[in-house]
Amino acid sequence: MTDEQLILNCENVVMDYDGFKALNNCNFKVHYNELRVVIGPNGAGKTTLLDVICGKTKPTSGTVLFGKGTNLVGKNAEDITKLGVGRKFQAPSIYSNLSVWQNLDLSLKRASKGVFPTLMGQSSPAERARIEEGLETIGLTDHAHARAGSLSHGQKQWLEIGMVILQEPSLLLVDEPVAGMSDKETEQTGQLLTKLSEKQAIVVIEHDMDFVRQIAKIVTVLAEGTVICEGTVETVQADDHVREIYLGRAKVAH
Amino acid sequence: MPEHAHGRPDSRETVSLYVVGLFLLVVLPGLNLLPAEDSWLHLSDFRLNQFGKFLAFAILALGLDLIWGYCGVLSMGQGVFFGFGAYCMGMYLTLQIGTESVYGSELPDFMVWTQVKELPLFWYPFKSFFGGFLGAILVPVLFATLFGFLAFRSRIKGVYFAIITQALAFAAWLVFNRNETRLGGTNGLTDFKQLLGYRLSDPSTQRALYLITVLALIAAYLLCRWIVASRAGKVLIAIRDSESRVTFSGYTPWMFKLFVFVVAAGLAGLAGMLYVPQVGIITPAQIGVLPSLEVVIWVAVGGRGTLIGAILGAVAVNYGRSVLTNYFPEAWPFILGGLFVVVVTMFPDGLLGMIRKVTDRKPPSAPGLQADGRTAA
Repeated sequence: MTDEQLILNCENVVMDYDGFKALNNCNFKVHYNELRVVIGPNGAGKTTLLDVICGKTKPTSGTVLFGKGTNLVGKNAEDITKLGVGRKFQAPSIYSNLSVWQNLDLSLKRASKGVFPTLMGQSSPAERARIEEGLETIGLTDHAHARAGSLSHGQKQWLEIGMVILQEPSLLLVDEPVAGMSDKETEQTGQLLTKLSEKQAIVVIEHDMDFVRQIAKIVTVLAEGTVICEGTVETVQADDHVREIYLGRAKVAH
Repeated sequence: MPEHAHGRPDSRETVSLYVVGLFLLVVLPGLNLLPAEDSWLHLSDFRLNQFGKFLAFAILALGLDLIWGYCGVLSMGQGVFFGFGAYCMGMYLTLQIGTESVYGSELPDFMVWTQVKELPLFWYPFKSFFGGFLGAILVPVLFATLFGFLAFRSRIKGVYFAIITQALAFAAWLVFNRNETRLGGTNGLTDFKQLLGYRLSDPSTQRALYLITVLALIAAYLLCRWIVASRAGKVLIAIRDSESRVTFSGYTPWMFKLFVFVVAAGLAGLAGMLYVPQVGIITPAQIGVLPSLEVVIWVAVGGRGTLIGAILGAVAVNYGRSVLTNYFPEAWPFILGGLFVVVVTMFPDGLLGMIRKVTDRKPPSAPGLQADGRTAA
């Protein structure tokens, strides 16, 4: 595997919170158009890894190379978003006092998102068509004019995924998308993510192993801030080290 | 078009706007001019002038509503920007007094008794009406740009922003109180005689000022409505709902905050400029911490996050004050404070929310909830 195929290359990333290393020399690589699932016990540093990539937190050391070698470390979140990294948060993070349509309209990728273009801007027919398309993708066409705060939990999660899709990111970071969803919603979400991965690279953090089996081709296992294993679901589940981490903890818990 | 469905005010709102506009522009001045003075229909010059003052306050409230009601940034220093506008116009009016002053000097009276021999340089632009007019808008706008840039750029938010704006109001009050500031100290600027050659004591001048205030309020309202209905207006609401998400949608929140803060300051300056010739005096007591807090109460009482609510709140609270202070002058601060507590705890949508509850068969969010209920079932 050469570096040209990599959309994301995190090298030796350390995130040190006053002595607690949430990320400890973490090396994490993702290829173009790949759907990667990251699993790991609580506190393994999964969410921190996404925070570092999207600019929410600044790592203590290490580099995060994106696309053709742009280092994301030190850039602010707005600029990283504009470069093409989209982030879906764990708890649905939407604009509850705006309509579903307005939520998507604000998120849509546009040439400029400065104050005056935003003040003067009118949606072009092409932009409206893309919002309609986005609504279709996330299955909220019938709720376009509902207040986003009035949606169900699962619909809110989809809306946020839709918002991130309309930013047209080349890398999509998704944090526990199916937490709190019904089985049917979980399956639909899985289909949605699989479909999206045809066009962009996606990194999904997930706990639900059934869901992981549904969508994952390659799984990365994170523990104590570092990658301990990478491979297909079967390989990972057969790995002694991984079993030790999960089962070892389970023994202590019992 | 679908995306306009939420931004466009409904037809009922448009109709009520025409009705209110007509009432303010035609009916009230008509009641002042036409009926005989002893008729019960007659509106006295005093009342019309007082109403003009309330409408100037409504412009100030619109600005605060934009930054607080829509964007969620509480500014407790709007009185300062109002004061800048008022003092700029006040300086022009002071220089227009000329030799009609008590001491008969070309210099303003307060300069004579504080032994200032020459007009300070910064007073010179205010010799012309144009200087006063321009200053009343530009001084607050430039000051807000600088202050807002420093505050928002450093990501000062929430209660911290509220506190530093309150500190700003206190600092401004102290500075304007000093005689060395050469702005009349505690007594402020007063005893104005004429504006562009029109006598301020003449009822027709006051009537014209009232009409100009109504037109300015309409213009301010339309400007705010345009901002709120635009995509940038949606970004403001988005910042209030979830500022961090806005960053991840590619917008820079502090720039939008700075923008509305500056617009609010400009509106406050406009309000101050209209206030001074109608009231005839501006002193530091009208621009400090308490007046700044009162603006917050007007908006909260009227209904934050709705432009009509801000106007309604400013007029209703000030009208209430003018009536109640006749009967219980000492009790007014307590009534005002009590009103604030009751509104915030029991009627978070203010007067307008209550009116809408009574007139609507269902609350505005009902369609969304219904749609939600259908899918949940």
